[in-house]
Amino acid sequence: MNVTITVNGREASHEIEPRLLLVHYLRETLDLTGTHWGCDTSNCGACVVLMDGQPVKSCTILAAMCDGHEIRTVEDLERDGKLDPVQEGFHERHALQCGFCTPGMQMTARALLDENPDPTEHEIRTAISGAICRCTGYKNIVSAVRWAAEHEAATKQGA
Amino acid sequence: MAIAENLPSTTTERPIGFGRLKRKEDARFIRGAGTYLDDIKLPGMVYGAVLRSPYAHARILSIDTSAALAHPNVAAVVTAKDLETLGLAWMPTISYDTQAVLAGDKVRFQGQEVAFVIATDEYSANDALALIDVEYDPLPPVVNARKALDEDAPLIRDDKSGQRDNLASPTWEAGDEAATDAAFAEADTVVARDIIYPRCHPAPLETCGIIADFNPQTGQLDIYNGNQAPHAHRTVYAHVAGLAEHMIRIRCQDIGGGFGNKVPVYPGYVCAIAGSIVAGVPVKWVENRSENLMSTGFARDYIMKSEICAKDGKITGLRVDVIADHGAFDSTAQPTKFPAGFFHIVCGSYDLQASHVKVKAVYTNKAPGGVAYRCSFRITEAVYLVERMVDALALEMQVDPIDLRMNSFIGSDQFPYETTTGWTYDSGDYAKTMCVAMEIADYAGLRREQAEKRARGELMGIGVSFFTEGVGAGPRKHMDILGLSMNDGADLRVHPSGKAVVSISAQTQGQGHETTFAQIVAEELGIPPEDVEVRHGDTDKSPYGLGTYGSRSTPVSGAAVAVVSRKVRDKARAIAATMLETRPEDLAWEKGRWFVKGDPEQGALIEDIAERAYSGEAMPAGMEGGLDAQVIYDPPNLTYPYGAYIAVVDVDPDTAHVTVRRFIAVDDCGVRINPMVVDGQIHGGLAEGIGIALMELISFDEEGNCLNSSFMDYLIPTALECPDFELGETVTPCPHHPIGAKGIGESPNVGSPPAIVNAVIDALYESHGVDHIDMPCTPARVWAAMQGRPQPPQ
Repeated sequence: MNVTITVNGREASHEIEPRLLLVHYLRETLDLTGTHWGCDTSNCGACVVLMDGQPVKSCTILAAMCDGHEIRTVEDLERDGKLDPVQEGFHERHALQCGFCTPGMQMTARALLDENPDPTEHEIRTAISGAICRCTGYKNIVSAVRWAAEHEAATKQGA
Repeated sequence: MAIAENLPSTTTERPIGFGRLKRKEDARFIRGAGTYLDDIKLPGMVYGAVLRSPYAHARILSIDTSAALAHPNVAAVVTAKDLETLGLAWMPTISYDTQAVLAGDKVRFQGQEVAFVIATDEYSANDALALIDVEYDPLPPVVNARKALDEDAPLIRDDKSGQRDNLASPTWEAGDEAATDAAFAEADTVVARDIIYPRCHPAPLETCGIIADFNPQTGQLDIYNGNQAPHAHRTVYAHVAGLAEHMIRIRCQDIGGGFGNKVPVYPGYVCAIAGSIVAGVPVKWVENRSENLMSTGFARDYIMKSEICAKDGKITGLRVDVIADHGAFDSTAQPTKFPAGFFHIVCGSYDLQASHVKVKAVYTNKAPGGVAYRCSFRITEAVYLVERMVDALALEMQVDPIDLRMNSFIGSDQFPYETTTGWTYDSGDYAKTMCVAMEIADYAGLRREQAEKRARGELMGIGVSFFTEGVGAGPRKHMDILGLSMNDGADLRVHPSGKAVVSISAQTQGQGHETTFAQIVAEELGIPPEDVEVRHGDTDKSPYGLGTYGSRSTPVSGAAVAVVSRKVRDKARAIAATMLETRPEDLAWEKGRWFVKGDPEQGALIEDIAERAYSGEAMPAGMEGGLDAQVIYDPPNLTYPYGAYIAVVDVDPDTAHVTVRRFIAVDDCGVRINPMVVDGQIHGGLAEGIGIALMELISFDEEGNCLNSSFMDYLIPTALECPDFELGETVTPCPHHPIGAKGIGESPNVGSPPAIVNAVIDALYESHGVDHIDMPCTPARVWAAMQGRPQPPQ
């Protein structure tokens, strides 16, 4: 079947198998390997991308379901050579170690801040509770998301 | 004493050497630009998939691959018969056992590898698995390790000549049995417990995988694989496949976590190599999550009977008798001379009169493993046992568990301390570290709060553990794996411009070596860490060494980097003396520069010395040009990090759900290279410890079916199960390590489970009489214990 999907602002059409998962479409068809795969059961969140601005687990979405929709992946966080505050926060607060969960965590955090620019610690923990990190114990991820929220707020005030 | 609280923003901190330096490797990871195994595509690459056994124990009557071979996208189907012709049907394990690469005669655990399909794409390879017809004759399985040695137990390893029962490894002992009997005879209190450390799994977020690329024209085998010990893997492949070692190159690029899971060589790796040799094209195989949980290295599975005794308010003796469940093939990970790993560190942090340990291992129809899930070989089991036993003793003696520990600690004036099982602890001040933890926790305040809550019927528990680890294996006179000494190499080259490359044999899986090892060079040579590139993960470009597990990186490889830096510094001194027309002994060192004693204006910077070393100018007499050095570091002893942990839990009286409300971890890992990275390691290990204590379990039904084969039922803590960890530190430098460091990666995983379980029991003893519970403390199991019906986790 043929699908037309806008990924990171670029619309493209591909002939695909109807059963092709979105994560494989991104990684294999488009070579966007920043989105990772970690389980088969929607539990780990390594594959989280934004679909029309909402976080989804791309291992349980068929590429076919994305026909006509917009997908945003980790590769689109940095724009015009400027890191997203979420990316900066992850670096500043040592919120990553092996880096495998990082793209999914960052996309989840981005979606949270888009909806709630000033989340509490508990709101952050709840928002990322669909994603597993085996390295950090989450403490620094929570801290990184707060860092991003505060810096985003400061930037908006300054503007 | 410093208390590291919430990480301060350290944007401006740019230490030349040790300090909170931001990580270099982050730049690619935050952009999703890391290169993990499954991100690599080679031209002409095909994909492998493994057919696995649905039975725990069954004879294979026939395998029909014709329908799979007829699939238009399938290139080959490999079975044991095909591997036999290549001599690859069986492979050695790291415990000198053999393991079937593909099952030929019978299957011995559910999930065992039976056939390997190679196809043009992953989806087709998996489609073809369903087209293979295997006829099995089911046999009764051995699931319960305690029944493995029964007279009527079915024989699992009938492939091994002379094997008449399911004994995997004969009884191994440490300590002094007679002296221990005497200590118990003299004791005024004795407590016994049966304690299980159940089977769990490291489950790194990235599963295991490989790309094998054999070039029939040159005989070169290129392997891409996320493993924790690339040099050791290369040696194993040379032996297994009969290939020349120098024609094998292993590249480990970014690794999505390891935690011990990526130490062994797995059958899927050998299948991919065989597939590439046969097909002449690169073969990629990446396991799915169920395969990871069902077939690759599990951890723990120790069934322990123990007694502990005390006299005059002090712990005096300990005895332990262990049955270790090693699964169907013995592939436990530990140095050769230590069949129970370092379990005999079970005497813990206490000045005992005597102790005695017995461990025997059995085969069962379960997946092989026994890897060290973020711990130094079996130390997690040992620490869990002793710290649970000490609490059981405190309960019996009606004393505070911290008081009993304080009364029994090895004194700071007793180091180096020879334990009753033969370890020589290098340094420590245990009471001080315990006090820091009590202070952060406000221990007295917590006990008051608990008393108030108890009066209201609320179930709050406070749990303590104090651990001593032995990490950084190890001295070559005592320790090897498969005959390979447990040493690590480092190769440092300072280029003419003063920029340096250091190549190491440690293998990062997220620990941050690219930053911290550069900091060691920076500290020793006084050049900025950003001018030091750390090379690793390529057997062609790094010196030989045994890799990263057992918290080896800093104790062994980090020491190698410090020593090689000092060798370069010594060479720089001789060159500087020539430059300054003086003698080397007349020069003094300050970070980055040799200068003339008494005339500090006269000096030479490392970059000037480097330029000179490669120039046409004269070198010191008899010295070659260049500024570089190489070492292989042989540690004189293990290092012995330790820590005091306090957990505060609340148990919901209606649902038996356990919440870890606070967790205080005070670690002494000696000198800290990068405190930010150390804290991160501790946070991550604590989360895993919470998982093991409350959620993570690999269990089986009576037929040997694995009941936890996905993340739906192998539960890993999320941000909601983890509290905002509270860390503290004491620093007792390791006396025999070049920079005084001890290793940290595994301490939090080792120390946290007993603190949490002790806290759960502390919450439930007074109201419900619960004096023992086995992990994981799930609501169902805690509820059963509260009703007086404790359930062992089988």
